[in-house]
Amino acid sequence: MNRSDFPILQSSADEPGFVYLDSAATTQKPNAVIDAVSNYYRTSNANVHRAAHKLSALATQAFEAARENVRAFINAGAVEEIVFTRGTTEAINLIAAVHRGALSVGDEILISHLEHHSNIVPWQMLAAATGARLTACNVLTSGELDLNDFHSKLSNRTRIVAIGHVSNALGTVNPIADIVSAGHAAGALVVVDGAQAVAHMPVDVSAMDCDFYAFSGHKLYGPTGIGVLYGRRELLEALPPWQGGGEMIEHVSIETSTYNRLPFKFEAGTPNIAGAIGLSAAIDYLHEQDWQILQAAEQELLSMCIAELQQMPEVQLIGTPKHRAGVVSFLVDGSHPHDIGTLLDQQGVSVRTGHHCTMPLMQHLNIPGTVRASFAMYNDADDVAKFAAAMRKTLTFV
Amino acid sequence: MTLDEIKDAFGFFDSWEDKYRFIIDLGKSQESLPESDRNEHNLIRGCQSQVWLVADYDSSSNTMTLRIDSDAHIVRGLSAIVLACYDGQTPDAIIAHDMDALFAELSLLEHLSPTRGNGLRAMVSRIRELAHQHQ
Ligand SMILES: Cc1ncc(COP(=O)(O)O)c(C=O)c1O
Repeated sequence: MNRSDFPILQSSADEPGFVYLDSAATTQKPNAVIDAVSNYYRTSNANVHRAAHKLSALATQAFEAARENVRAFINAGAVEEIVFTRGTTEAINLIAAVHRGALSVGDEILISHLEHHSNIVPWQMLAAATGARLTACNVLTSGELDLNDFHSKLSNRTRIVAIGHVSNALGTVNPIADIVSAGHAAGALVVVDGAQAVAHMPVDVSAMDCDFYAFSGHKLYGPTGIGVLYGRRELLEALPPWQGGGEMIEHVSIETSTYNRLPFKFEAGTPNIAGAIGLSAAIDYLHEQDWQILQAAEQELLSMCIAELQQMPEVQLIGTPKHRAGVVSFLVDGSHPHDIGTLLDQQGVSVRTGHHCTMPLMQHLNIPGTVRASFAMYNDADDVAKFAAAMRKTLTFV
Repeated sequence: MTLDEIKDAFGFFDSWEDKYRFIIDLGKSQESLPESDRNEHNLIRGCQSQVWLVADYDSSSNTMTLRIDSDAHIVRGLSAIVLACYDGQTPDAIIAHDMDALFAELSLLEHLSPTRGNGLRAMVSRIRELAHQHQ
């Protein structure tokens, strides 16, 4: 990995560099990804799975090779288990929507207060449509799930457990394998929101044993508008389709249709072909890296960042999880996060401020939001030093 | 502080730091709204910060009285600039005033952008709407 692989991060005389600490919102893209998308449009653009012509065959091959690449990346058992979606949000909505016929009054869906809105609202909608009850596991002040509470809320009424792998607001890495086995022991399906995990650790859905896993390409150095839903094959086979349209059918008459095989049953309409190819290039780029080195470097940056912030008496860290990935969240006494974010922005430091699409978590912790610095493989010690210097200056204002 | 005083002050700033210190101090010097006015009815929800607006129209003088509060200092300071333009003005004057031009002149236009999610743009729109109702 080289920072120079990421063109947006290059500075020049008239464009002074900025410090990008908002990768949890979206990561920057390496040339390999930008080129793959551009080359696809330049050399092999055609619709997939349709025409008898050469270009379409090229596009279809590249698209299906991308699916295989995703399968191997998360170690799924079969390519049929990889459904392309628009992103994590669409993947979770898909799973929630196709369970409308499967839940009823008396059933429960268990989430947590750590979740991103996209792992809350689709379940609220499913609960409203079916009469099932939505419950949420509490979060400790450390930012970790209260596992006692989790176990007390899990019962044989629980049909679905939906938990994030890594918290986008606090960086907490949840004990996901334990959650999956507890969910299964209670007879529930387990859905994992992997949006914040895939760029920070190797993910193996077979070892994790989850039923569904969702993530977004754009948080993994890939393009926006492409994401993945992994689903266990026998579950996907048995579930009804979601959206109807082209690609997802086998035969259509005016009265009725029969549906295509997996995974196409869940991919109505022309898919995001360029996005899938870009995502595949991002995965190739990650394959060139060494996870151990990446993770060690990230942990060092996180520790440096935390150590700097701990020297500032006005700063209060929000969340001190034992296992952390990607994110440091904090507040400054007497200042609104928006003030801090605006002053850092004036100094060329990009952080995110606000509720991070986790309003229930903010209510749970009784705070208006946080300032969040988030890291990716292209960040380095110099970024942390510049961030710390900008923070020290910011504190003289407030 | 009047609009002219604010413009004068901006004329002397030669760094972003002076400017933001001024805006923050301006924000801090604004009287807060009483808790009872910081209610759901007066709330303008930004994605990142919140703004409360209390607006009254006095028909005898044909003027609008405005009070503003925010949970963020910079947004309070920027609101004070908006107030300096609008408070005590007639609905006609409020509608005729070009806030974008003023914020551009002060090199603060980015803060008026709806993409900033600070609620300022929504507040200006709400005030102009109220002015239209009393025109
Ligand atoms: C934990 C988590 N879940 C879900 C999402 C939603 O992802 P997307 O907006 O790409 O669908 C995000 C991204 O903001 C996230 O951080």
